[in-house]
Amino acid sequence: MPDKMHIQLTVNGRNEEFLAEPRELLIHTLRERMNITGPHVGCETSHCGACTVIVNDKAIKACTMFVAQANGSEITTIEGLGNPDSLHVLQESFREHHGLQCGYCTPGMITRATKLLEETPNPTEEEVRFGMAGNLCRCTGYQNIVKSILAAAAQMNAAQEAAE
Amino acid sequence: MKDDIQTREDRVSNLKGLGSSRKRVEDARFTQGKGNYVDDIKMPGMLHGDFVRSPHAHARVKSINIEQAMALDGVVAVLTAKDLEPLNLHWMPTLAGDKQMVLADGKVLFQGQEVAFVVARDRYVAADAVELVEVEYEELPVLVNPFAALESEVVLREDLEAGADGAHGPRKHHNHIFLWEEGDKVATEQVLDNAEVVAEETVYYHRTHPCPLETCGTVASMDKVNGKLTLYGTFQAPHVVRTVASILSGIEEHNIRVVSPDIGGGFGNKVGVYPGYVCAIVASIVTGAPVKWVEDRMENLMATAFARDYWMKGRISATREGKITGLHCHVTADHGAFDACADPTKYPAGFFHICTGSYDIPVAYVGVDGVYTNKAPGGVAYRCSFRVTEAAYFIERMIEVLAIELDMDAAELRRINFIKKEQFPYQSALGWEYDSGNYHTAWDKALEAVQYNHLRKEQAERVEAFKKGETRKLLGIGLTFFTEIVGAGPVKNCDILGMGMFDSCEIRIHPTGSAIARLGTISQGQGHATTFAQILATEIGLPADSITVEEGDTDTAPYGLGTYGSRSTPVAGAATALAGRKIRAKAQMIAAYLLEVHDDDVEFDVDRFVVKGAPERFKTMKEIAFAAYNQAIPGVEPGLEAVSYYDPPNMTYPFGAYICVMEIDVDTGTTEIRQFYALDDCGTRINPMVIEGQVHGGLTEAFAIAMGQEIAYDELGNCKTGTLMDFFIPTSWETPHYTTDHTETPSPHHPIGAKGVGESPNVGGVPAFSNAVHDAFRPFGLRHANMPHDHWRVWKIANDLGLHV
Repeated sequence: MPDKMHIQLTVNGRNEEFLAEPRELLIHTLRERMNITGPHVGCETSHCGACTVIVNDKAIKACTMFVAQANGSEITTIEGLGNPDSLHVLQESFREHHGLQCGYCTPGMITRATKLLEETPNPTEEEVRFGMAGNLCRCTGYQNIVKSILAAAAQMNAAQEAAE
Repeated sequence: MKDDIQTREDRVSNLKGLGSSRKRVEDARFTQGKGNYVDDIKMPGMLHGDFVRSPHAHARVKSINIEQAMALDGVVAVLTAKDLEPLNLHWMPTLAGDKQMVLADGKVLFQGQEVAFVVARDRYVAADAVELVEVEYEELPVLVNPFAALESEVVLREDLEAGADGAHGPRKHHNHIFLWEEGDKVATEQVLDNAEVVAEETVYYHRTHPCPLETCGTVASMDKVNGKLTLYGTFQAPHVVRTVASILSGIEEHNIRVVSPDIGGGFGNKVGVYPGYVCAIVASIVTGAPVKWVEDRMENLMATAFARDYWMKGRISATREGKITGLHCHVTADHGAFDACADPTKYPAGFFHICTGSYDIPVAYVGVDGVYTNKAPGGVAYRCSFRVTEAAYFIERMIEVLAIELDMDAAELRRINFIKKEQFPYQSALGWEYDSGNYHTAWDKALEAVQYNHLRKEQAERVEAFKKGETRKLLGIGLTFFTEIVGAGPVKNCDILGMGMFDSCEIRIHPTGSAIARLGTISQGQGHATTFAQILATEIGLPADSITVEEGDTDTAPYGLGTYGSRSTPVAGAATALAGRKIRAKAQMIAAYLLEVHDDDVEFDVDRFVVKGAPERFKTMKEIAFAAYNQAIPGVEPGLEAVSYYDPPNMTYPFGAYICVMEIDVDTGTTEIRQFYALDDCGTRINPMVIEGQVHGGLTEAFAIAMGQEIAYDELGNCKTGTLMDFFIPTSWETPHYTTDHTETPSPHHPIGAKGVGESPNVGGVPAFSNAVHDAFRPFGLRHANMPHDHWRVWKIANDLGLHV
């Protein structure tokens, strides 16, 4: 068994330091070590995106990243995007437009969508469909997920304009 | 309380009852990452289990050496069949009356079969130890084709006594499971032999898998001090799991608590009992620590709960004018290594005999032969009532083939054969009583909505253009009119392992006029906490927002048979309405007492009881709730609670009309859905937003199945589709846009007229997509081509028809 490594992460604004086997997957670090259970495991092969988190400003699939690779990173999960008193626009929008059913893909979906809307603040339906293609959902058929994201984009843009 | 400033309309909308597109109460936790799924559960000292699985599809297990695995730091136990045998748990009963190995007992019968169970400190150590278990196999001949299996001398199930009956009667070969028949065979054959027109076709509905995004898993915790077993798990039927666990383990049922927490999609995958559950329980009893087992995706696809795999040989007869006169069907059903279907006991082929569909067919016969092969067990109802998708696909393909035989438009052929509105309740030739329907109206609405005649004209022009070499794209118009059969019971017909398929609801009204309702079902994304509160809101006049709905904890919820086969609304929904009516009956007595009038002189109005003829004199349900607890009323017990166990008199028969318009590139085999129109009639609509969401999701699963998803094996029994790389799940990119519509024909026997909807889109969607592919090639002579219609297979159709020359 390989020696344990010293790992430092900033997760949802909190500094975390610990020893871990380098083979430990980031999703297990979050879920089992830190009890951050919003991101889920769906496939362990990068296909489904249920484990999506933000690592240094990029949406990545935490089921196929070793914690050693994430050493020193800043990580945001669904738990860090909003809180009950101040939800992220996307969190509200998914509820408003019935963009979820069983909820298992939802944290990954919303996390990925936050980055999509940063990259493409005013997306077309086609851009949303393409940009979200790394996140699978078995319940909704995506139609209401797309609707939720487009509505959130419109709302965020309106808020931006109002602020300017 | 005086609130007459509110209009009656305000009071109705304040309830958010039946018909309201109420936002879901579940969503707050799911959107914030606060759902609680099985793998989120952690208990102090919890161990992790992992399986050693067979790499072979058929082999004798010569020896298992666990020494190296046991020597690994952190490994607590390695269980094999030898360890389970003294407990009589090395085999377990299946829901279909067969038995299944929990851990390999002498041989393995499919690739991925459970051979040994490693229990370790964490999942990494468990996975390491799995690699260290040495298993010596002697390979045996593999049977992956059910027709070959019925001819072969190779005996798959050596545990079964040769010549002895199985759970469903005589077995005619050592790899045969049952022959199940319904209808009048002789009369049907006579009609077919003398018919003016007969169409014949063999339709294969390929093997696939429900593949919910969350795989199956459990946390078993045996508290040896108090003798109590707690089992958290991905269970679509938690109460059944408790009873089965009690029977298997010998632990009395009151000492077992089964909890289904949030479930990340089920689609039939989470109805059955799997070896992982049994091993986790045993491991917890052995070690005295909680044990978690969660399968990974590959294990999920390879070992738990396949669906379909039906070879359906059909003959349908008609007059020259197109009036159908008879239907004959023989199915060869590949059940894999163990018969682990989750059908009601009486129906080893589920409700396949709904296969006369939406048509008035005077005489019919169905025979189903179940067969063992070296494939994974299962045969679950993947987003459908038991085997109904197979039935709907069969009849909707046979109709299309008959239309070809008659040289007739398939929409018209359907229309002249629909069961007429005035024929309901309709007795089908295969024994079902359809409760209600208005097929012609729905069909006309659908054809009108897509401008069917224009589409046919466009298609004809396209064919001409193709023939002239002006285009390489064809246009397909996929038609489907389906009838579902959902909501099992009645108990007299439907049971699983002897447990009658009723369902239940228990309501407790709190003094301040809010309430908690508990049901025997369990949501896996359907939104029960939202919609069942709506049923109650309308029944008892308290706002849905003031009603908590709980399911899935057998210590608190009333006994019920769970959620699958679209049975929650037809059965538990009915129980909810009837329990609500019991509450209302008592509330009426209390209101009459408070208003100092006779019981018969008050009537229920939205959220209150009013004195007849004097609407200004009333008591709201909120006031009544408080009085129920706090006012001494002569002859009336304090409190306001009710429970209802509902055994439905019949099933419900939702129906729908789906039309898919598809563009097909003849040279690449790629397909593009240009339009998809879905009209559903699920009777009374509880929450239109949720219904629409269910339809979108079901259609997408249908799209997957029809257009690419399959569980495929090579001739050695290797599963070729064990990851999401090979097993097709559509993304947002290729999933089409859907237009939904509805008609509303209430069920006459359901208390609120509701029928169930979640599975209709899968039942109707698969033939709609598939028929679109067939329809595009019909002008070039295609009769039938098996699914899935992935690009290669579509290209192959074009190639076989000589369209690439």
